[in-house]
Amino acid sequence: MPLILTEEQMMLRDAADGFLNEQAPISHLRKLRDEGDPDGVSRDLWRAFGEMGFAGVIIPEAMGGMGLGAVEAGVIAESLGRTLTPSPFMGSSVLSAKVLIDGGSEAQQAWLPRIAAGEAILALAVDEGAKHAPSRIATQAERAGNGFRLNGAKGFVLDGHVADALIVVARAEEGVTLFLVDPATAGVTVERTAMVDAHNAARITLSDVAVDADAVIGDVGQGGALLDGALTLGRACAASTLTGAGDQAFKITMDYLRTRKQFGKLIGEFQALQHRAAHLFSELELARAATLGAQLAIDEGRENASLAASIAKAKAGRVAELAVQEAVQMHGGVGMTDEFDVSLFMKRVRVLNELLGDAGFHAERLARAQGF
Amino acid sequence: MSDLEPFRAETRAWLADNCPTECRGPMADDEMIWGGRNPTFKTPAHKLWLERMGARGWTAPEWPKEYGGGGLSREEAKVLASELRRIEAQPALASFGVWMLGPALLAFGTEEQKQRFLPEIVRGEVRWCQGYSEPGAGSDLAAIQTRAEDTSDSGGDHWIVNGQKIWTSYADKADWIFCLVRTDPEAPKHLGISFVLFDMTTPGVTTRPITLISGKSPFCETFFDDVRVEKANLVGTLNRGWDVAKYLLAHERTMIGAMGEVGGGRPVGQVALDAIGADDDGRLDEPMLRARIAELEIDAAAFRLAMERVGDQVKAKQAHPAIASMLKYYGSELNKRRHELLMAAGGADALEWEGERSHDGKTARDWLRTKANSIEGGTSEVQLNIIAKHLLQLPGA
Repeated sequence: MPLILTEEQMMLRDAADGFLNEQAPISHLRKLRDEGDPDGVSRDLWRAFGEMGFAGVIIPEAMGGMGLGAVEAGVIAESLGRTLTPSPFMGSSVLSAKVLIDGGSEAQQAWLPRIAAGEAILALAVDEGAKHAPSRIATQAERAGNGFRLNGAKGFVLDGHVADALIVVARAEEGVTLFLVDPATAGVTVERTAMVDAHNAARITLSDVAVDADAVIGDVGQGGALLDGALTLGRACAASTLTGAGDQAFKITMDYLRTRKQFGKLIGEFQALQHRAAHLFSELELARAATLGAQLAIDEGRENASLAASIAKAKAGRVAELAVQEAVQMHGGVGMTDEFDVSLFMKRVRVLNELLGDAGFHAERLARAQGF
Repeated sequence: MSDLEPFRAETRAWLADNCPTECRGPMADDEMIWGGRNPTFKTPAHKLWLERMGARGWTAPEWPKEYGGGGLSREEAKVLASELRRIEAQPALASFGVWMLGPALLAFGTEEQKQRFLPEIVRGEVRWCQGYSEPGAGSDLAAIQTRAEDTSDSGGDHWIVNGQKIWTSYADKADWIFCLVRTDPEAPKHLGISFVLFDMTTPGVTTRPITLISGKSPFCETFFDDVRVEKANLVGTLNRGWDVAKYLLAHERTMIGAMGEVGGGRPVGQVALDAIGADDDGRLDEPMLRARIAELEIDAAAFRLAMERVGDQVKAKQAHPAIASMLKYYGSELNKRRHELLMAAGGADALEWEGERSHDGKTARDWLRTKANSIEGGTSEVQLNIIAKHLLQLPGA
C-alpha cells in the first residue's frame, strides 16, 4: 500500500477534524480544567463521538463499529492531538477494544457495542512504576477458589477513574494474564490523578481482589500476545496524536512568524528562525511517514509491525518535543502564558511521550531487535 | 499486488540465469562500472552483466522501451530492485547519464536528441559528466559566467564557449558533458542561461583533478578555451536552461539524499559490535555509543519511509516540487551522522589511512567524503532556504 491516505481516509480525517473543531476545540479542555470537572472528560461528547462512528473505528461492524484498521484509528488519534481533546478514545477504543476484539469471550465482547456507541468507558491498567515497563509486571494473580485473587498497584491508567470496567494486566503462575475487572469489586481503590496536561489517568490499587475464572481474557498465561497487539496499536496511535499535536503547534508558530514584528521586521524574515522552522518541517515529515508506515504494517499484518510502531512512537515523540519547544521559544514571552495555547501543547506532548514508552524505551527495543 | 507475481517470477528466473556469480555481493566504490568509450571492468563477467542488463533496458528500468529503457511501471521497477537486492546483485552500471541527464532529456529533449543519446546511455557506451558549478557560482548557481557566444567564425550553427567549471565529477574520465552556459549576458541572471551538450574531446577542453581531504576524489576543474559547440545540442529553449537545471537538481538532490540509505553498507550496530564487543547481556559494551546508534537507526528508518512516501506522493501528483530539498537536506545530514558513528565504532582501527588491512583507510576516507554531502547539489543552508520560502511561505525568504 502506498504511504498516503486514500480518499476514504481523507474523508474520515475531514469528518474527525470538523467534529472536534466544532464540538471540542481547545476551549473544551480549558473549561473542564478550569471548572474542576469531577470526571475531566465529557460523557456527552463521548456519546456524540460514538454517534459519528469514531469510538468504534476498529470494532467490527457486527458489533456496532466501523470495522476499519490502524490507519483509520490513527487518523482520529491525530485529530485528537490537534485539538487536545480529553477523550476515552485511546483507553477504550484503541487499547481495550483491541484486547477484547482479539481475545474476549462472547460475554466480554458485549462491551464492544457499548464502546462503539460511546456509552461505555474501559481502561487498560498495565503500567506500575514511573516508566512504562510491560515486561516487568509485578501485579500478582493467585488462584483462589474457582477464580483468582489480584494484588498489586497500577499507575497512569488512562480514564481509570471513570472506567466502567478495567482490563488488568497481572502475572499468574502460568505467565502474564489479562483480567476484566469491575472497579466496584471489593479491594479495588481508584484515585484520580490530576496531571500536568489536564487529561485523565488514575492510580489503582488491587488488594485481595477476588475475580471469577471467567474474568480471564483469552487464556491464563497467554496474555502477553494480547497485550503486545494492543500496545502496538496504541503506540502507533499515540504517535499519531503526537504528530497531530506537534504539527498543530508548528502551524500556530508559522502563523506567528508571518505576523509578529520585531526590530521593524516580520520575525519570519530572520534566517535564524527560517532555518529552524525548515528543519522542524523536515522532522515532521519523517514523523508522519514513520507513523503511517507503522499503521500500514499493522493493517497488513507484517511481522515487523511491533518494531515499526516503536520507531513511529520514538520518532514522533522526539519531533513533537522539538515542535513544542520551538513553539514556546519562537513565541517568546507570550508562549509562556497559560492563556496562549502553545503552553498546553507542551504539557500534552510531555504526557504523550511517557505514555506507552518514551523515545528511549523504543530506541532500546530497536537496538535489541537489531542485535546490538 | 498479485498481478505483479508473474513479473516477479519471470524476473527472478532471468536474474538467476543472467547475473554472474562474480557480480553478486559487496562491491567497493572504486570497482564500480561506469562504462563509456574506454570502459574498465573488474572481471569479464562484469562486462557480460552490463551487456545483458543494458540489452534488456534494465540499467534504466522505467525509461520507455523506444529509447532503450526497460519500459517498466514503478511497481515493476520496485520488484526488479527488490529481486536485485535479494541476490545481492552489484549495480551493472553507475551512470550520471542514467541518474541525471536521461530524466532531463526525457522531459526537455527533442525527439532526435532522445533517439541519439538515451540508448547509448542505457547500454553504458558513453560516459557523461555534469558542468554546473563554477568557482564563483556554487550555491548561487545562477551566477555562472561560462559564456557561449555566437561569433562570426562560428558559422551560425555553433557557439564558441569559454570559461571554467569546478567540482566536475569524473570530468577526466567522461566522454561528454552536460553543461550550463550563459547565452545572454544582458538578461537577468536566471534568464540568460542555456543547457548544452558536447563531446569532451572537442579541442579546447582540458581537465585537472582536485585532491580532497579524503585523499581521493573524482572531482576536477574543467577549462573551456574557444570550444565549438553545435547549436543542435541545445536542450530545451534557448536562455531557459535554468528550467532544465532545476528539474535535474531535484533529481540530484533526491539521489544525494538517498545516499543516507544506500551508502551505509553494514549496519552501524554490527560494525560497533565487531570492534568493541558485547556485555554479558548481549548489548554493545559501550552504552553511550549504543544509544547514539539506536537514535540514528530510528531516524534512518523514518527517513526511508519519508522517501518512500514522497515517491508515492509524486505518483499521486500530491508532491510539492520543493520537497526534494527536504530529502536532500535530511539525507545528507543523516549520512554524515552515520559516518561519524562508524568512525566512533571503529575507534583506532578506523583511523588507518593506508595499508591493505584497512583497504587504504576506507572507513576514514568515506567519512571525510560525506562531509561534502551537505555542500554538493546545493548546501544544507540553501535547502533550508528553499523549504522556508516554497514550503513554509515565510516572509522575505
